[in-house]
Amino acid sequence: MENSISFKLKVWRQKDAKSQGQFVTYDVNDIPTDTSFLEMLDILNEQLVEKGEEPIHFDHDCREGICGMCSLYINGHPHGPATGATTCQLYMRRFHDGDTITVEPWRSAAFPVIKDLMVNRNALDQIQQAGGYVSFNTGGAQDANAIPISKVAADEAMDSASCIGCGACVAACKNGSAMLFVSAKVSQFALLPQGKAEAKKRVKAMLSKMDELGFGNCTNTGACAAECPKNIKLSNIARLNREFICAKCAD
Amino acid sequence: MEETMNKTAQPVIDSKIPEGPIAEKWTNYKAHQKLVNPANKRRLDIIVVGTGLAGASAAATLGEMGFNVLNFCIQDSPRRAHSIAAQGGINAAKNYQNDGDSVYRLFYDTVKGGDYRAREANVYRLAEVSNNIIDQCVAQGVPFAREYGGLLANRSFGGAQVSRTFYAKGQTGQQLLLGAYSSLNRQINAGKVKSYNRYEMHDVVIIDGRARGIIAKNLVTGKLERFAAHAVVIATGGYGNTYFLSTNAMACNCSAAMACYRKGAMFANPAYVQIHPTCIPVHGDKQSKLTLMSESLRNDGRIWVPKNIEDAKKLQAGEIKGSDIPEKERDYYLERRYPAFGNLVPRDVASRAAKERCDKGYGVNNTGLAVFLDFSEAINRLGIDVIRQRYGNLFDMYEEITDVNPGELANEIDGVKYYNPMMIYPAIHYTMGGIWVDYELQTSVKGLFAIGECNFSDHGANRLGASALMQGLADGYFVLPYTIQNYLSDQITVPRFSTDTPEFEAAEKAVQDNLDRLMSIQGKRSVDSIHKELGHIMWEYVGMGRTREGLETALQKLKELRKEFETNLFIPGTQEGMNNELDKAFRLRDFIAMGELIAYDALSRNESCGGHFREEYQTEEGEAKRDDENYFYVSCWKYNGSDETAPTQVKEPLHYEAIKVQTRNYKN
Repeated sequence: MENSISFKLKVWRQKDAKSQGQFVTYDVNDIPTDTSFLEMLDILNEQLVEKGEEPIHFDHDCREGICGMCSLYINGHPHGPATGATTCQLYMRRFHDGDTITVEPWRSAAFPVIKDLMVNRNALDQIQQAGGYVSFNTGGAQDANAIPISKVAADEAMDSASCIGCGACVAACKNGSAMLFVSAKVSQFALLPQGKAEAKKRVKAMLSKMDELGFGNCTNTGACAAECPKNIKLSNIARLNREFICAKCAD
Repeated sequence: MEETMNKTAQPVIDSKIPEGPIAEKWTNYKAHQKLVNPANKRRLDIIVVGTGLAGASAAATLGEMGFNVLNFCIQDSPRRAHSIAAQGGINAAKNYQNDGDSVYRLFYDTVKGGDYRAREANVYRLAEVSNNIIDQCVAQGVPFAREYGGLLANRSFGGAQVSRTFYAKGQTGQQLLLGAYSSLNRQINAGKVKSYNRYEMHDVVIIDGRARGIIAKNLVTGKLERFAAHAVVIATGGYGNTYFLSTNAMACNCSAAMACYRKGAMFANPAYVQIHPTCIPVHGDKQSKLTLMSESLRNDGRIWVPKNIEDAKKLQAGEIKGSDIPEKERDYYLERRYPAFGNLVPRDVASRAAKERCDKGYGVNNTGLAVFLDFSEAINRLGIDVIRQRYGNLFDMYEEITDVNPGELANEIDGVKYYNPMMIYPAIHYTMGGIWVDYELQTSVKGLFAIGECNFSDHGANRLGASALMQGLADGYFVLPYTIQNYLSDQITVPRFSTDTPEFEAAEKAVQDNLDRLMSIQGKRSVDSIHKELGHIMWEYVGMGRTREGLETALQKLKELRKEFETNLFIPGTQEGMNNELDKAFRLRDFIAMGELIAYDALSRNESCGGHFREEYQTEEGEAKRDDENYFYVSCWKYNGSDETAPTQVKEPLHYEAIKVQTRNYKN
């Protein structure tokens, strides 16, 4: 019941942040179509190691589409051709025998390459550190059911909170903007009573950190939402803008 | 061999359980423990290794309290720790559903679920603080599922007769971890926590018998670095990847725990490994990782194999599909064997029952190693919309991997609609064993603490679903931040350390020598090829069903495998900059040692309990047969100075005051 395909894999290789990189093409043969994309890279790497060559370095961890560690720009799409899925959830049945598959790292000014397909996404953490939290110390919380929250608001907050912080939105954006990423966190807290108290401070701090770190501006193209593996909606950016304008008006 | 081990001298292990009735122990402890005042907290540094639920919550809370925290993670961001992949939920004794839940009942269920091999006092404390966790997470803005009235929703999970599990879609671990990560970010922003990403701990540094720092490798530069502190906390998760194929993330490893073990921390109950019943079956020999399907699916999914062996054979040959078999020809074996708990029996029971059916030839896929998880009855009762609302993301995930949509109508027989069933099979998922800790979560090395999955303390021989998240957060938010002060209170006069000491020098040199040695082997085999072989040995002989003979074979094979590793390993590249193969080789050396430790422990425990099933010890009905008279203890292992020599077993006897130890019964 198993089909196999053979194809050319055109991969970006770069020794380290300072070296010049280039594409290297590998012939990959007889890959069962129920292999995941990253397992295919594992197989290729095993062959490279057997030949005494250095394997292709790429980020990955949970392989269940939730940790946000995997990246890869495959055939011009962050996380490849599948929608609503990360690279680790991409299966080879999406490709055909004889294809040439191009694999690049995330390309963005804010994400310098570390090695091969691995980039440094520390800037996303820094944006979260600037304000992506509720200022609340452990202990002393009131009973969890003390404040009822409508199911609609809770569900919507959950949808925004589903962001895995992979950076596909930044990689997809022609401006290299992190607006979808920032708006997801701002929206989650804006929708919940717990986040209201410092909403104004939060939105200003996160956006100013985003600007400071070299991310571009948003021009509402929508590529971010189209490529997001977790289907984070563009309406989060509208909410972010509204939160920001309200915060600025209150200054 | 194990007889001699059992008879060795019994050093007294002080588990530091506080005095008093079980319900008052934690309160008493907190009332009498030593504290550190705010001015002194500023002078004390704490290293926390790991940023999962336990590590992140501990680092954030210790930072909030005023300690200086150095926090390490192996990934590119603290938010990626493997806690993020937990799907189903988190238990708490809130009794919001008015179904008779209480702290005592959660405590009781957890001890019973753990097959009476956990420490009573630790488990009671866990149940006690479970309610605080939910309050804490809601205050952080964790978007738990809610009812239309605005209150929190619950669902039921294996091993319980109440609905006490809180959840956030099928992404509960993610939301709880992001909550802890947000608190951590606040402390990083405040300068109380310094975060080191893409760093891997390689050793713990001991000075005058106390843990005083670590040697960590910067995975980007390839350089070793030294870090000093007044105390070291290990929160580095479990050792499931010893089996190569598991539901653990690819980077999950046991090297930090093994480093502590080699430096004198005892390792407890390594044989207790949890095999999760609902994973997507293995599809080929090129696979790198197994995918879990949340246990919550067992709420509405019914597990079955065909009644007739002929049907099973046709399924294996691909001649018919699951939906071709009508209701009356299906054997819902869990409902048949365990009427009271049905499909919601604990994980170890469900896993063994699946193995039993497949061993008898009733497996339903081409390898004969799979059973069905079927939603037809639930979809017919509630409609596809309700089911999709509950499990939509899991259905999508299953379809992406297997190309089969479990919500799709597949057949209609005699007016009954049948939908595509999922195929599932057990896989390594969680490890109950871990570094031995006392009630204060301190290891047998002073100043070295272990929290979360990497300690052994709360789950006994088997962990119930939705209890891992509870334990990780209990340790990190509510237990360690208290108990560590009892240790630090007499460290306030100790000034900050320099890392220019002979102890740091020696530790770094040993680590460097190990890496140099691995690089210099220059043999023929890749790290993964040896790791796969390790996985095969472990799954075959130290997996779901173990025998004395098999375990002895395993120990022999592991010895040979170590030799192969030491003499025939090949690592390309250099130590300069990033080298994934070297990092994997470093971890594999410890996985092999861990494999032996599991086998030694399994061989010494001549009984079946929880995640440890010895085929010699079972009832006529195939249920696990415990031996409380001889094995009612925590089995601790002490390192003997070399990986080649067998470790020494030390026993911590268990004392139960609140619960009567009895045979686990999920039948009625």
